[in-house]
Amino acid sequence: MRFRAKIVDLACLNHFSRVINTIAKLAKTCTLCLTDSKLYFILSDKVVNGGVSMWCELCQGNFFDEFQMEGVAAEHNEIYLELVPENLSRALKTAQSAKAVKIKLTNKHCPCVRVAVELPSLSSSSRIVTHDIPVGVIPRRLWNDFREPSVPDFDVSIYLPVLKTMKSVVERMKNLSNSIVIEANLSGEMNLKIETDLVSVTTHFKDLGNPPWALEDGCQSSAQGRDLESMAEARIDIKKLQQLLAGQQVNPTKALCNIVSKRIVHFILLHEDVSLQYFIPALA
Amino acid sequence: LSRIGDELYLEPTESGLSLRAVNSSRSAFASFLFAPFFFQRYEAGGPQADTELFRCKVLMKSFLGVFRSLPSLEKTVGKCLILLKPQASRLVVQLHCKYGVTKTHNLAFQECERLQAVFDTQHCASSLRAPARVLAEAVVHFPQTLAEVTLEAGPGGKISLRNYVEDEAERSKMMVTELCLAEDEFQTVAVAPGSCITFCLKEFRVSPCRGPPSQHQVTPQPLLNLLFVPQGLLAFAEASNLPLTIHYDVPGRPVIFTLDDAVLEVHLVLATLSDTESNLQPPTANGMSHLPAPSDDFADDLESYMIAMETSAYEEGSGVPPSPTFPLHTPRAAESDPEEEEEEEEEEDEGAVPGTPPHKKVWDGHRGAWGQGDGHSPLLTPHLSPQFRSLFFGSVLTPGGPGLAPTQEVLAEDSDGEY
Repeated sequence: MRFRAKIVDLACLNHFSRVINTIAKLAKTCTLCLTDSKLYFILSDKVVNGGVSMWCELCQGNFFDEFQMEGVAAEHNEIYLELVPENLSRALKTAQSAKAVKIKLTNKHCPCVRVAVELPSLSSSSRIVTHDIPVGVIPRRLWNDFREPSVPDFDVSIYLPVLKTMKSVVERMKNLSNSIVIEANLSGEMNLKIETDLVSVTTHFKDLGNPPWALEDGCQSSAQGRDLESMAEARIDIKKLQQLLAGQQVNPTKALCNIVSKRIVHFILLHEDVSLQYFIPALA
Repeated sequence: LSRIGDELYLEPTESGLSLRAVNSSRSAFASFLFAPFFFQRYEAGGPQADTELFRCKVLMKSFLGVFRSLPSLEKTVGKCLILLKPQASRLVVQLHCKYGVTKTHNLAFQECERLQAVFDTQHCASSLRAPARVLAEAVVHFPQTLAEVTLEAGPGGKISLRNYVEDEAERSKMMVTELCLAEDEFQTVAVAPGSCITFCLKEFRVSPCRGPPSQHQVTPQPLLNLLFVPQGLLAFAEASNLPLTIHYDVPGRPVIFTLDDAVLEVHLVLATLSDTESNLQPPTANGMSHLPAPSDDFADDLESYMIAMETSAYEEGSGVPPSPTFPLHTPRAAESDPEEEEEEEEEEDEGAVPGTPPHKKVWDGHRGAWGQGDGHSPLLTPHLSPQFRSLFFGSVLTPGGPGLAPTQEVLAEDSDGEY
């Protein structure tokens, strides 16, 4: 099982760092899955995570100048690692002016991801900073826990408002209540509502647009034949929503959410070369 | 200085005004000596020529309160007068400001014995000198809350800094960062090859301290503005554009950072980790892995590891195998406990007892805290209990005072050359 990768281009490095920073804000510990073409950051929906789950997919070719991996076996050419993304984020933080960043999997005292940053210096040889990040290797038996989640059978799918606006609204609401209700309909309207003993606040968004989902023939979805004005809603933990919004460092190309009434809200944030899906279950 | 201790020691001498501080566990000491030339007017003694030069200490907070807002001070204050009035028991700091305004601060002081850590840069086996900028750039790669850092003179003339990790258990959980600097980044390098010391980074760099208060350093009070340009010696050196010299010896003996200028001499003395095993073994093998050459050739094959893991997993049947990264053993629980308050003993006559504190503080790496040094902690394996020895503080004893206890550990020889 081997893994080696190298980033030389500063723009790619910055981009990669931003992705890692976003992941670090969403999960304390997560699973990194490496295949020969993609990287996945996965958080599976265990109770310990508060039921949220995350699936983030990157094309390695968009970030790395060199990328070689060898999985456990030829027919299982994948590597699953458990790590603390904050460590990776820290390691990359001071690499912003690096000449090159090399990442590899090593096993000196324990399995580690070694990030070696080559920095420019006034002297003849470059400065090298190495960060050894301890990781857990996840055995093949457990790989099934980390399959890509399927898109739920949603009631309403709607594009999100400008994330910055949504974030500032949610941040203020967070001070007033622990839970927030997201409701939306197929006419491009979304409301964010909080209600406490003292006060209730609702923010209305209009003309958001609803993404067209291509359905397989003969497949019925809850969204079909649905009254356009009728709202689907779910009450979720406001902190989780705020975390998701606060973690976004760059405006996504597309941002939408799928609401399964009273069950779960599925967020999809798409950038050019990164896609992030985040599931927040509804509170009881 | 306020980042180190709670009290500011002032000692006027013939060679200038010395300001000093020490931290509560006596593992860090700093002194700034301002030559008479630095001042417009400098009078060390009183009117009678043969009175002993007076020294005192004041509360850091009070002293800094006078110089609260540096930017406005620079704009309004024309002159600053510092006057010691022993009869009135007051240290007077008078600021002569614009528009005829004079602000006079009368600070209460306590008489004290001379605060002097015993150290001698001449007797240090190794020294390094570099522009402060190089060291500041080096230190930035380490997290703000990092406590101990190990400095090592490695093979091939590489000087490396890495965060100190006490044992196996921590190493498999904590990220280890290592920075290698080439010899030619330094202005002078005179190091014993393979030499290696571990010291506390906080007093050297000083972060805004977001983490829980550390036991070996007084929690900085957020309201204080520092008299000297922002935090820590490193920032000070960078701002003054002065090179910093590091003198060190074997593990256990203090490391001394010095800054020199025409009008200012700064010393920062930090205790270093002394590993009992390091006395028997060469420094590079004191529990840390040897310095890996920064090349790509080391073995990184996890094949055998994976096979071993999978076999054992299948034998166990269902259930998650213990994650090697996040071990389930309970001693870790101690880390999340709030750090115990150490008893802060007010030392009324500091001079009378040589500086080792009554309870010898020991750095307990497991708890990340200072605790009692008597091996009570169940987490420390007895044969490998590293200790930050407290600095030995000599005191200028008045005749007839108590003599030095013969069993005190001397970490550095007394030197007559020191001020």
